Amino acid sequence: MTKSILLVGVGGQGTILASKILTTGLMEAGYDVKMSEIHGMSQRGGSVSSQVRYGEKVMSPVIEKGSADIIVSFEKMEALRSLDYLKKDGMLVVNNVEIPSMSVIIGDETYPDNIVEELRKHVDAIVVDATKTAGTLGNEKAANMVLLGTIIHLMGLEKINWDAILEANVKPKFVELNKKALRAGMEAVSGR
Amino acid sequence: MKKLMTGDEAIARGAYEAGVSYASAYPGTPSTEILENLSTYKEIYAEWAPNEKVAMESAIGASVAGLRSMVSMKHVGMNVAADPMFTWSYMGVNGGNVIVTADEPGMFSSQNEQDNRNYAKAAKIAMLEPSDSQECIDMVKAAYELGEKFDTPFMIRLTTRVCHSKTIVELNDRQEIAAKEWTKNPGKYVCLPAISRNLKKKVIRRMETLAEYSETTPFNRVEMGDLSVGVIASGVCYYYAKEVFGEKASYLKLGFTNPLPAKMIKEFCQKVDKVYVLEENDPYIEEFVRQQGCSCIGKDLFPLDGELTPDVIRECVTGEKAELIEFDSSLLTGRAPTFCAGCPHRGLFYRLGKRKDIMISGDIGCYTLAAGKPYNAMDSTVCMGASISLGHGAQKAFTQEGVNRRVVTVIGDSTFFHTGINSLINTVYNKSNTVNIILDNRITGMTGHQDNPGTGYTAKGEDTTAISIEGLVKAVGIRHVFVINPNHLDEVDDALDKALALDEPSVIITRWPCALKKFSRQDKEEFDSLFVTRDTIDADLCIGCKRCLGTGCPALYFNAETKKASINPAQCVGCDVCAQVCPKKAIRKED
Repeated sequence: MTKSILLVGVGGQGTILASKILTTGLMEAGYDVKMSEIHGMSQRGGSVSSQVRYGEKVMSPVIEKGSADIIVSFEKMEALRSLDYLKKDGMLVVNNVEIPSMSVIIGDETYPDNIVEELRKHVDAIVVDATKTAGTLGNEKAANMVLLGTIIHLMGLEKINWDAILEANVKPKFVELNKKALRAGMEAVSGR
Repeated sequence: MKKLMTGDEAIARGAYEAGVSYASAYPGTPSTEILENLSTYKEIYAEWAPNEKVAMESAIGASVAGLRSMVSMKHVGMNVAADPMFTWSYMGVNGGNVIVTADEPGMFSSQNEQDNRNYAKAAKIAMLEPSDSQECIDMVKAAYELGEKFDTPFMIRLTTRVCHSKTIVELNDRQEIAAKEWTKNPGKYVCLPAISRNLKKKVIRRMETLAEYSETTPFNRVEMGDLSVGVIASGVCYYYAKEVFGEKASYLKLGFTNPLPAKMIKEFCQKVDKVYVLEENDPYIEEFVRQQGCSCIGKDLFPLDGELTPDVIRECVTGEKAELIEFDSSLLTGRAPTFCAGCPHRGLFYRLGKRKDIMISGDIGCYTLAAGKPYNAMDSTVCMGASISLGHGAQKAFTQEGVNRRVVTVIGDSTFFHTGINSLINTVYNKSNTVNIILDNRITGMTGHQDNPGTGYTAKGEDTTAISIEGLVKAVGIRHVFVINPNHLDEVDDALDKALALDEPSVIITRWPCALKKFSRQDKEEFDSLFVTRDTIDADLCIGCKRCLGTGCPALYFNAETKKASINPAQCVGCDVCAQVCPKKAIRKED
């Protein structure tokens, strides 16, 4: 059975590296893997998404609406924007971070303060302080690895040797930080 | 060895394994990474050309001289390169050649949707359409073998989802290919009318031979299963179809799509109860199927625009929509892309958008985002290089009609080198008086920082002559040239005032590097204190007037409770544009 993981966020948050580590791990574990990204104008502060699918034999590289097994959102508003991609009984992880868009900065729109409440009306959203946790570990940018850690635990992928994959794909000076961040993410959702 | 690769990486890998020695391209999403990856192989000479026509002509030259060559472009780039391509078809190849087109159903980063399979048919060159990254490698390698055998350039048609999806591939060693000998052969390479009449007959025979080959190639294959539904599909649509129909259909997977296999299609259609033709954008395969006298379901059911993803197919076929979580969508705020903190376009467009009685003729690049709020500083955008020439025509029309409106054109440095130069020559030659602004941010920005003729570096990172835009525009006859720092709003105003007062054409060059660029040695020498400072807002002085927010910088935010603006220190790079608009001088350099 093909599983679908959707990572969403804002350009610059590190969704692409997180999905690269994830897909490399899945491939080395013997799964067929496909990943699709839309990143044409993302560097300019737009929404970004990485769609990861794995299983014995994967057909489509894109996830259909209403069919993601898990959505991990690096930002609160993006969680809401992607909600119609989630399966009815799917899992949702949300990084407890707000990034105002230009329409909010210039005052055309207001960033609502009840996004998590709205999410929880529909799904048992797991809110994680990934950015804060990463900051405590040494660098807020490692929030992407904290969030990847939540996927690993929730999708039952702990058996894969993630440390080795990080060593092979991350700059040496960031390896230790990323390993710690990954573990912190797994622990943050250990009760699930 | 197994590896996850995008289609773009796999195209480059296929070229490497096939012994390609020469490659040229102009950047364009979603094709850019093909040449970026080609340039990483030391065995391949790879270069950025100023535009796709130049890239294609260079690749023709390398092929004529005996090397296997590749040229890649986004779909609209093929419009620029079409002129040489149509005649190259007549010449055929010496060293094999592959032309890669990356089409964009869904228009994620493009101004239009166009189905370039029509080009292969019109130019009478062979075409392959890969469905995933492994096929990208396999088809590139086959294209060189077949192209040299049948004497044809090959088109490989990708779409965004093939270019930017990663799938697993098997890597192999490079096959070293000796250069073919070049000999004088005007009957093949000099397309004079008398010669081309012969060559055209050769092209017709070649397409007949290729049509026979299309019936037997392993890239066209039948997978028989349930006979109640038959699906004909190419590219990523094959996998979309498998996702939707699974075992409940038979498939005709088409990979070799010009010329199409008539016999194979007829036989397939006869075996199944009904046929769906699944393809994005134009009914390219569908029309051929119908021409063979076969009935099928195609664009009468499936959309002519956008992507044909599994949910779209499912809804068209079954009429059922997937059950989705319904939430309060009124809570959503937009998140359109925007100029980055420190973007050198900000100062210019902040001021330009406030000018009255002008029409702003825009072009293709990051600066097209100036069309939106808060700048509202773009009135037209068509294609690469069009700003200057469209603006010229508009100015002539306003002047003829006695309308008191001036035209200002804006174009990026790379876009100016691409096709803006000819347009500026026209402006000078035909005595226009447009104000032409060249946004020289020292790099090709939107596609992710590729070097261009103005940067002083080649695609391989070697030093080269940096072509001077200032020298170039003076050489074509522009007598009024203003080179300014766009972060200094008084310089922007002053240049605009002076240029708009002239009854001759002028050029304003805004020269400051892209804030995201990896600065070169020359950048650091030329530009003082390049983004090494930060600005901060003195809360005691801030009166909450929000004027700074009007510059549209993502590093600024407003606290609704304290009614004060502040600057995110993690984003600010100290361009000082906001500081110049603050009426209370509350914004200053951080200590």
